Amino acid sequence: MSYSRKSAQSALLSPREARPEKFVAEHVRQIPPSGIRKFFDLVLEMEGVISLGVGEPDFVTPWHIREACIYSLEKGTTSYTSNYGLLELRELISKCYRKEQGVDYDPKSEVLVTTGVSEAADLAFRAVIDPGDEVIVPEPCYVSYKPSVSLAGGTPIPVPTYQKNEFRVTAEQIEKNITKKTKAIVLSYPNNPTGAVMRKKDLEDIADVVIENDLVVISDEVYGKLTYDGAHTCFSSLTGMRERSIILNGFSKSHAMTGLRLGYAVGSEPLIAAMTKIHQYAMLCAPVTAQMGGIEALKNGDSEVQKMTREYDRRRRLVVSGLNKMGLDCFEPMGAFYAFPSIKSTGLTSGEFAERLLKEHKVAVVPGDVFGECGEGYLRCSYATSREQLVEALSRIEAFLDSL
Amino acid sequence: MKEILEILESNPRIATKEIATMTGITEAQVASKIKEMEKKGIIRKYKTVIDWEKAGEEYVYAIIEIKVALRSRTGYDAIAERIAKFPEVRSVRLISGGHDLSLTVRGRSMKEVAFFVAEKIATLEQVQGTVTHFVLRTYKEDGDVLFEKERSERLAVSP
Repeated sequence: MSYSRKSAQSALLSPREARPEKFVAEHVRQIPPSGIRKFFDLVLEMEGVISLGVGEPDFVTPWHIREACIYSLEKGTTSYTSNYGLLELRELISKCYRKEQGVDYDPKSEVLVTTGVSEAADLAFRAVIDPGDEVIVPEPCYVSYKPSVSLAGGTPIPVPTYQKNEFRVTAEQIEKNITKKTKAIVLSYPNNPTGAVMRKKDLEDIADVVIENDLVVISDEVYGKLTYDGAHTCFSSLTGMRERSIILNGFSKSHAMTGLRLGYAVGSEPLIAAMTKIHQYAMLCAPVTAQMGGIEALKNGDSEVQKMTREYDRRRRLVVSGLNKMGLDCFEPMGAFYAFPSIKSTGLTSGEFAERLLKEHKVAVVPGDVFGECGEGYLRCSYATSREQLVEALSRIEAFLDSL
Repeated sequence: MKEILEILESNPRIATKEIATMTGITEAQVASKIKEMEKKGIIRKYKTVIDWEKAGEEYVYAIIEIKVALRSRTGYDAIAERIAKFPEVRSVRLISGGHDLSLTVRGRSMKEVAFFVAEKIATLEQVQGTVTHFVLRTYKEDGDVLFEKERSERLAVSP
């Protein structure tokens, strides 16, 4: 058959023409893209930007951990591991929880090593949510919880937190939002983006609500090592909560290992078994090189973690006092590496402020509303950046405020 | 105290005001604590790590290991103190292993350093023998790497 231009054209117009976008499932189409994306694109076009928009440490992974990864590659450790992760790593994680939080998890069946905490969160949601279940998500919070809940077939119920409560969610607020359909509560403290931490008493009140309403808690504690006012309380260490919670944690923030993608979940056996079922089909196992690094991190990494935490603490005071001095009301964050100043006094929205600050003074921050509606009027400023850069960024923000 | 020391160790030129902000105490308190530590000799001095080669100045460094024969009633401290008085000697350490003392000596040329060791150190009565190692290149000094520092290449904005 000879080729004719006409038939090619008619083929283009035929109803058989492929439109790939129509293959995308409706529930995926409905998930809004992350608001952070827009800023990322803007920043890429500019030079000389100081970024306080980064959600990861500015430290490079400590050398002893990198060396352990390299050494494992040299030895040829490149195969699959158990779905649960290397037993040695799980034993170290289990030991850590026993020692630091007084909670016992069986390394054989109650610890699951994942490809970053994000995977662990996704697994947890998929493991507990049935279609139509409601999940309470205190906001502002990390951007992935709500979409992950939706993708798992659940309905996220955002609960706003406020500066006057130091961005803590209260038991009353949670109780008010409980319906017949409520299945789970997400807690993420120390919090990204606010830097808020929960006091033990607050958690105990929530634990009462959890028991009363027969709920499960998914607690993302990836910033647990980064607290500046006393040690972090793991939710499962509270009376009765071990069987009612899945604790998510990882190495990204504490050991500056973001790109190595290593996280884990600990919880009672049936919950971890359910998560592992999904994990074994979707992921098989976490990258073995990262797992080898994780073993080294838990064996010999404490002093590096402490060193980094102390440095974050200095920067935290520098940034918080700088912001307050220039008239941006900033509550004192006690965890993670974020400051969350209010910009309400300027009359600008978070989005406007962030965009103009970037374009006019080349400082990148993340508008607070990206992390939930109640984050409007705030900015997330990461202080995981060198002190010199922080000082320069503060003076640029001040210049911007003066120009308003 | 330890907090202030750590900050000063990484940057002795930092302003008192900045230390105050970072540690959460007042500027006056920081100043008085520093003064007190200077007085007590906890803070010995404020120094600068310089890449002299980059500055176009030639210095020759050598590590000298010394075997010492102790005489009655004078210990290592006495000989170390004598050696330390030479301005050419940058550091003196008592060490374990095959030798007793380890020095770092700085001079303008290999010849100068070699003669200094031969004439001033080897001739000391308690010194039984010396081994001189000339430094060819310094990669790390006082916890500071002297070649290009590694930077983490982070995305400018991330969740």
